[in-house]
Amino acid sequence: MSETLTATSTSAPTTKPAPAAPRDYHFPHFERRSLPNGVQLVVAPVPKLPLVTVLAIVEAGASVEPDTQRGVAALTARLLLEGAAGMDGVALAERFEGIGASVEAHADWDVTSVSLTALTDRLPEALGLVRDLLRSPTFPEREVQRLKEERLADLLQQLAEPRGLADEQFVHAVYAATARYAAPEEGDAASVRALTRNDVQQFYSARYQPGGITLVFAGDVTMQTAAALAEQLLGDWTGARPAAAPSGVDATQPGKLVRVVSKADAPQSELRVGHVGLPRNTPDYFDAMVMNAVLGGLFSSRINLNLREVHGYTYGASSEFEWRRGAGPFVVHTAVKSDVTAAAVQEILTEMERIRTTAIGEDELTLATSYLDGVFPIRYETTAAIASALANMVIHGLPDNYYDEYRARVRAVTTEGVLEAARRRLHPDQLRIVVVGDPVVVAAAIEAVTGLTPEIVTGEGEAAE
Amino acid sequence: MHIPIETYQLPNGLTVVLSEDHTAPIVAVNLWYHVGSANEREGRTGFAHLFEHMLFQGSANVGLNEHFELIQRAGGTLNGSTWLDRTNYYETVPSNQLELTIWLEANRMGYLLPAMTQQKLDTQRDVVQNERRWSMDNQPYGTWWERMPAIAFPPEHPFHHSLIGSMADLDAASLDDIATFFSTYYTPDNAVLSIAGDFDAVEAREMIERHFGGIPRGKGKPPLPDMNVPPTFGAALREVVFDDVMLPRQFIAFRSPVFGSDEYYTASVTGAILGLKKGSRLHRALVREQQVAAEATAFTYDLAKGSDLLVVDVTARPEISHDALEYAVHAEIDRLVDDGVTEDEVARAVALIETDMVAALQSAGDRADRLSMFATYFGDPRIVNVQTERYRAVTSEKVNAFARARLIRHNRATLLYVPRETADVPPQDDLAMAEAP
Repeated sequence: MSETLTATSTSAPTTKPAPAAPRDYHFPHFERRSLPNGVQLVVAPVPKLPLVTVLAIVEAGASVEPDTQRGVAALTARLLLEGAAGMDGVALAERFEGIGASVEAHADWDVTSVSLTALTDRLPEALGLVRDLLRSPTFPEREVQRLKEERLADLLQQLAEPRGLADEQFVHAVYAATARYAAPEEGDAASVRALTRNDVQQFYSARYQPGGITLVFAGDVTMQTAAALAEQLLGDWTGARPAAAPSGVDATQPGKLVRVVSKADAPQSELRVGHVGLPRNTPDYFDAMVMNAVLGGLFSSRINLNLREVHGYTYGASSEFEWRRGAGPFVVHTAVKSDVTAAAVQEILTEMERIRTTAIGEDELTLATSYLDGVFPIRYETTAAIASALANMVIHGLPDNYYDEYRARVRAVTTEGVLEAARRRLHPDQLRIVVVGDPVVVAAAIEAVTGLTPEIVTGEGEAAE
Repeated sequence: MHIPIETYQLPNGLTVVLSEDHTAPIVAVNLWYHVGSANEREGRTGFAHLFEHMLFQGSANVGLNEHFELIQRAGGTLNGSTWLDRTNYYETVPSNQLELTIWLEANRMGYLLPAMTQQKLDTQRDVVQNERRWSMDNQPYGTWWERMPAIAFPPEHPFHHSLIGSMADLDAASLDDIATFFSTYYTPDNAVLSIAGDFDAVEAREMIERHFGGIPRGKGKPPLPDMNVPPTFGAALREVVFDDVMLPRQFIAFRSPVFGSDEYYTASVTGAILGLKKGSRLHRALVREQQVAAEATAFTYDLAKGSDLLVVDVTARPEISHDALEYAVHAEIDRLVDDGVTEDEVARAVALIETDMVAALQSAGDRADRLSMFATYFGDPRIVNVQTERYRAVTSEKVNAFARARLIRHNRATLLYVPRETADVPPQDDLAMAEAP
């Protein structure tokens, strides 16, 4: 090695260069407008490339599904693309794809989004098709059955897929059985099997109303063009704003537990540790977000450096709050070599305790805040990312100046604020620890670390023998 | 759409590509080293990728984990990746942090070895072995990444062996291997540095000269063995894997013209006609009409040497046997070969590919990566600006000629995953290869 060292020891700067003066950045300017029928418009003209992204946000998320119809929001969203205004699914796909437009429809917890990206000169035609699927979907019976089968195939695949299985079993352990958040966003096998075309039709009629729709435009488009298109396509649609989500979607079950989902001979354990988190509109959002960045949100976070770079237990470990209108989960996720599962759990518990009891260092705080501050413009390079940020603003009712003030609010977070957020928002007495792995290797060791006797279950969540 | 491009070489052989865009105060720095798993020696599979991990472990003037921390503190994003024939490292940072990023990349290109220790190597070996478990061994169908090139390229071919490497070979890697690999391949004359975004070209040139100029040229790298293979397999190859999966899944690889050749664009469009989005043939026939498949896609590997691979990937619906799946997939490909495609299908595929290209080029990081790619493979980053024309030159006649030459039965390598418990065929060696029925 020394030979190469000598060969390359020529003069080069050995100390790191200082940054130049930063250039100003402003989140893209946007305007709002409402149509008389209640459809909201948010338009951010970004004429860099001949490309436009449109998001149609519909108040039709999984959180508002009837209890007996879990999965109907996702099924309805997918079916929009399977027939509308006299076209079948093949014809719709041909029309969109023939002009190079990409379209997707997807329901998450809070809303359904139809997202469209098209070249500028194709926007009127593509948006006309989006109007058809929003206003005149036909929900063909054959496609209802096919998409149900495809969802059931996904669920079947998940039984052999440790990551998805761990995620599902974790939320199952966090929320009360009656809470919508306890079941998968797209429904479980029993609920999906029971869904009918009539359920879809009723959900559509109740939720797809102009008063509950926002169109977000980002890209090579003006407010004038966007408003004219929206008026022309949706202006004569009438209906009321649908009701808000019922309470209780995020109800939890009390206590601590360790659950091992049995996967014999697994070379690795998929590990989830956490509890219920916070709703997106929590007043201490910035403190909690920065706290999480230091704990496990960044590559240089405590949990990742500990598990990956110090111990070599894993390829990666991270933590996150899942931000929804209700209180989504707070979860640490990683996959570790089977024989160090309990040791990894111990390290995670130690890190959660450490950040609750001792204030983080100023240098750790500034690592997180200067990252979140500096990376802000990098997050909004694409029309899709800008549209998605504006959609978040709409979904969570954030103020119009939210993105203008974001960086200053990040920089205003203090070490005391982080400590307070950790104390209030991390709950060692409520921990759910879920492992998908080999119980023979992991169960006793985790019991020794946590003092809790693991429940051993199958992939379906039933008690294993 | 046209990207401004300026390109030159330093006296030490480093190729530099600059592309200014002042839309946002962001700049992307991207380095491609022309080395990948193809350059590994016997008994050291996985080394190129393990080495990529070591490049984040510090260098003469950068401490352990400091590369990540400095970039994140600067408000930037970063990563690296290893492929069969190249390794890349990239950062996107606020534009006032350009010199820090150049300094970090130059420091590890010029002065890595003083920072290497056995402990760092041991830790990253553990990390990479866990990456293998996570992405491959503990993931349904995860081994396809390793198995498909092993079927599609003969044993002595540089693309044949595993990119992530075997556990035993990873265990065998030593600090001596690190030193040798570094001095052979991580040299300025084996690299391309691309910078895209908000910077001043005159200032950037000065920074690059200051930080990279003193790094000596390499002594040359050993040539790869002959990469050429016949244009078809010459027989239907088939491997059946009984595994812990719930549904059968079939991959079919075709030998296909190398990335960047005229015929490549025809192959890429053919792949899109077969398996890009819901209007594609496989989706329409297998998922929608016959309902034998839950998912169906097709794509190219984009290999620039020897032979590319066009791959079809179809997962069965529940209750559909692997036999029925296999029959239906082959029949659909036969139909394309026998009946040909229409000009409308070509137009659909080209329109989708064009929109994807424009969307991808919005990001400074993607622009820089494509510039590095074209400069590394073809010595000319300007090729990025003629992609649209090259795709638009594809016609249905070209697709049909390509299909008749390459999508035929004796150019199909099948990798079929079958659920272990429901296997209704006699058990056989997982690695056994046989002629297709």
